[in-house]
Amino acid sequence: MKFRSLIALAMIGAAGLAPALAADEPQVVRQEMMKKVGGATGAMAKMVKGEMDYDAAAALAALTTISEVAATYGDFFPEGSDTGFETEAAPAIWSDRDGFNEKLAQFKADADAGVAAAPADLDGLKAVFGPLTKNCGACHEDYRLKKS
Amino acid sequence: MKRLALGIAALAVAGIAAGLVLTAPRPLDAERLVAIAAIEGDAAAGETLFWAGGCASCHAAPGSDGEARLLMSGGVRLKSDFGTFIGPNISPHPDAGIGNWRVEDFANAMLAGVSPNGGHYYPAFPYGSYTRMSNRDVADLYAFMTTLPESDVASIPHEVGLPFNIRRSLGGWKLLFFSDEPKVALADADDQLRRGQYLVEGPGHCGECHTPRNPIGGFISGAWLAGAQNPDGEGVIPNITPASSSIGDWSASDIAYYLESGFTPDFDSVGGSMVEVQKNMAQLTSGDRDAIAAYLKAVPAVSDGWK
Repeated sequence: MKFRSLIALAMIGAAGLAPALAADEPQVVRQEMMKKVGGATGAMAKMVKGEMDYDAAAALAALTTISEVAATYGDFFPEGSDTGFETEAAPAIWSDRDGFNEKLAQFKADADAGVAAAPADLDGLKAVFGPLTKNCGACHEDYRLKKS
Repeated sequence: MKRLALGIAALAVAGIAAGLVLTAPRPLDAERLVAIAAIEGDAAAGETLFWAGGCASCHAAPGSDGEARLLMSGGVRLKSDFGTFIGPNISPHPDAGIGNWRVEDFANAMLAGVSPNGGHYYPAFPYGSYTRMSNRDVADLYAFMTTLPESDVASIPHEVGLPFNIRRSLGGWKLLFFSDEPKVALADADDQLRRGQYLVEGPGHCGECHTPRNPIGGFISGAWLAGAQNPDGEGVIPNITPASSSIGDWSASDIAYYLESGFTPDFDSVGGSMVEVQKNMAQLTSGDRDAIAAYLKAVPAVSDGWK
């Protein structure tokens, strides 16, 4: 009886723990970070495309989100995290770490410039949105690998 | 016995002769060349073909951006199972580039895969797609190419080993795979769809990467645009038919916006070799991007080509 409840407890514990562990994996953390960037970019793109009225507070919030992600994103690529959890990280991140860091630094610099500009109108946003989002493709060109 | 030996020898000679005839580089027929030469090329219209054709992706220096993408000095390395091909200088420089070419030479290269000295080009230069281009578009593109800046950078030889370094063998490849027939039959195609088909199957040469190939480099039939292993390393080139797990549920306007901006519907971005391609697509008119999108929604749905 005791033994059984122990096993049951252990199973409940493991079930509770498993998702928590997966969420801590660097592959998963960085995927979530990139999703945040995607969401923030989408919010700004809707304004740039004219699908939404310009909202200075929302634009600044989006730029801030991106700047925050860019600040620590590079911390989540430890050795050994090149596979698993459907990661699309390219081996070049580890074989050419300097190149990867350089792209990240540019990304962060452009995001920070956007936050500093705190665009007051749509033209102001467009002026930072273009250079900032150029970083997406520039990094994904060499450092992301599509696997499906 | 002697007769048998003679017979075998005759057969061998006939076989070699037939092989030589069949694999001989075949330029365009004289009539078509005359028709192309008679067209006064419009350089401004040719610029559209330049971007649609993705010339800069292989012929601008690696990593070029902005105006530098108009300098056709070559140097981009294209890895494949057959060796590494290196985009040559096709700037209007008379010695280092193609400045001495007549429009007839240009047409033979683009439409027949034959060089001015009568040799086969490797199909890494996608004449297998360009061959669908119209006379007018070839003449316009030629006119545009002559307006580009000259580069005196020497072309780098391809790094291709036996047997693929025997250019004559490409005649066999052409015999098997080279055709200007449409890739898919589209019933009741309107003008937009036909334009999309022309851009994708012709100048855009999308199928060159997005369609899986057999071991000797021919497209696997029935798998048009179904995606393929990345010849350049790890990963895959996505399926872009309506059965795609990545873009199958995108609307035509999602596809057009991706080609314009590099953004997916959930604001992920373009990556890999498609980054260069998207820069080219961004230079087209929105009408042309819409046409490409319409075509991609209309092609047969095929399951992933790399599986």
